[in-house]
Amino acid sequence: MAQITIDKLGKVYTGGTHAVEDINIDIADGEFIVLVGPSGCGKSTLLRMVAGLESITEGTVSIGGRVVNDVEPAERDIAMVFQNYALYPHMTVRQNLAYGLKNRGTSKPEIERRVAEAAEILQIGAFLDRKPRALSGGQRQRVAMGRAIVREPAAFLFDEPLSNLDAKLRITMRLEIKELQKRLGTTSIYVTHDQLEAMTLADRLVVLNKGRVEQIGSPLEVYRKPASAFVAGFIGSPAMNLIQARAVPHLPGTGHAGLIGIRPEDLHPATDGQIEMKVDAVEELGATRLVHGNIGGENVTVTLPADADLPESLRLAVAPGALHLFHAETGARIA
Amino acid sequence: MKRALFHNKFLPWLLLAPQLIVTAIFFLWPAAQAIRQSFLREDAFGLRSQFVGLANYRALWGSSEYLNSFKVTLIFTVSVTVLTMVFALLMAVAVDRLVRSEKVYTTLLIWPYAVAPAVAGVLWWFIFNPSIGILPYVLSQIGISFNWIYDKTDAMIFVVIASAWSRISYSFLFFVAGLQSIPGSLREAAAIDGAGPVKRFFTITLPLLSPTTFFLLVVNLVYAMFETFAVIDATTLGGPAQSTNILVYKVYQDGFVGQNLGSSAAQSVVLMVIVIALTVIQFRFIEKRVAY
Repeated sequence: MAQITIDKLGKVYTGGTHAVEDINIDIADGEFIVLVGPSGCGKSTLLRMVAGLESITEGTVSIGGRVVNDVEPAERDIAMVFQNYALYPHMTVRQNLAYGLKNRGTSKPEIERRVAEAAEILQIGAFLDRKPRALSGGQRQRVAMGRAIVREPAAFLFDEPLSNLDAKLRITMRLEIKELQKRLGTTSIYVTHDQLEAMTLADRLVVLNKGRVEQIGSPLEVYRKPASAFVAGFIGSPAMNLIQARAVPHLPGTGHAGLIGIRPEDLHPATDGQIEMKVDAVEELGATRLVHGNIGGENVTVTLPADADLPESLRLAVAPGALHLFHAETGARIA
Repeated sequence: MKRALFHNKFLPWLLLAPQLIVTAIFFLWPAAQAIRQSFLREDAFGLRSQFVGLANYRALWGSSEYLNSFKVTLIFTVSVTVLTMVFALLMAVAVDRLVRSEKVYTTLLIWPYAVAPAVAGVLWWFIFNPSIGILPYVLSQIGISFNWIYDKTDAMIFVVIASAWSRISYSFLFFVAGLQSIPGSLREAAAIDGAGPVKRFFTITLPLLSPTTFFLLVVNLVYAMFETFAVIDATTLGGPAQSTNILVYKVYQDGFVGQNLGSSAAQSVVLMVIVIALTVIQFRFIEKRVAY
């Protein structure tokens, strides 16, 4: 159990490129933080700097009040779950779980107790004596989690742990990870590029773009009040429509904004609507349908109930409160 | 495997012919000759030969020189193999740690492999030569006398180094490839699991290298036993006092220098049996994939 403080953290490679820059995050004890962003945004680098697998060139990382910049990964009291699980292929599941404890000189009965406990929690007791190659993807994932929890570390670090699983399993495991983390109350940092995974898991989200923090906040805060056009377009599925203000000159309440963001579910058909959309394509999702079309030359997506009429052009209205206004150049939120 | 259909009965044989002919002329026929010869004894002028049954083999087991050659071969083979593999692994681990200059070192380290064994032998002959060589000179400066012309141990050290040298490159390449196929995340996971660099090497890296190691072990054993003829022939000629006369070299010496064809043939049959045994072991194990 520990709080983690990331202060003015940066990573500069020789040659001067910044992988991450000026990162400040205060993580409370027991909090579940998700780092999310497109590939190449520096989220994995950031996690690896916390783990000690990547050197820190600027700022500090503190775990439990202790600056760990120059502390070996083994001494940081963290456990990490890797994307490819990184199970030791020549050891049985039991040996995989015990390896970290053995290296730390934990007594034999204590190792046995903890391995049994982790196996019980993760329901992997049946294949403790198998080698990783004899396990399915989901089982390997559980073993990787088991290896993290037997150590009873101060923090869990997850590096895209679900991205090698199929879609269905990913949803189940997502729930299990969340539940497990709540039960153990261990501070966790979780890296993903999947915004849905980020939304469902996080106590707080950290949205990263090009090595910088775009926004930190609870999933709903980030969803309702995205701090920038980037966050607005990244969080939420289907993505928020971002259109040039001049494409909708008649819309009231847009002020001096250059960019207007409207979520697909905030556009409603209305006979007196100020916006006219030409329909290009329709995707049926069962309960709803996604209508793709064109407003004043900009591509727009609208979520409509599945039973709504579909004329060739729609008149749409939007509630003034549902508008997100962004600065044309910087992309920063105006209102 | 894809099955090709030939309408002409002779075409497949024709296509296989070059390989089959080479194998027949250079392997099967000499092997058959050796087996036949091993049961015969020739007279001093090579005019008549006489069937003697297992007498040649029996003579081998009674010969202290032959048993000595067995012992010499064992020491030589084990030393060459161990020296080659330990050194190659050390180099490979060192190169694997490099990020940018890795290719340069790898290229430099494979050069010795391009040197023919006889040339390598001559090269080391010059370096180790007691009267004109640089190494005995340097060693004498620090008070160590090194003369393989009359010292048995020095002679053995000399041929072991000369034989291992050109072989290190080959093993090195395989070890580098083996090391690079181990995912970096495994070593990172082990580092987080509290294993220091040394422990990581012995508990993670080495076990994961075991298929490579085993393959190299067999290949290097076979090399040291059977392909070091040229090195010995270019350096010690089996001496002094039989101290570096390994089995392969003795076959040549007894047969072509000593003209004792029957005994030489019997020795090559023994060698053949050893090669077959090693090959069988290799295939059995490689199919099982060692370790994991």
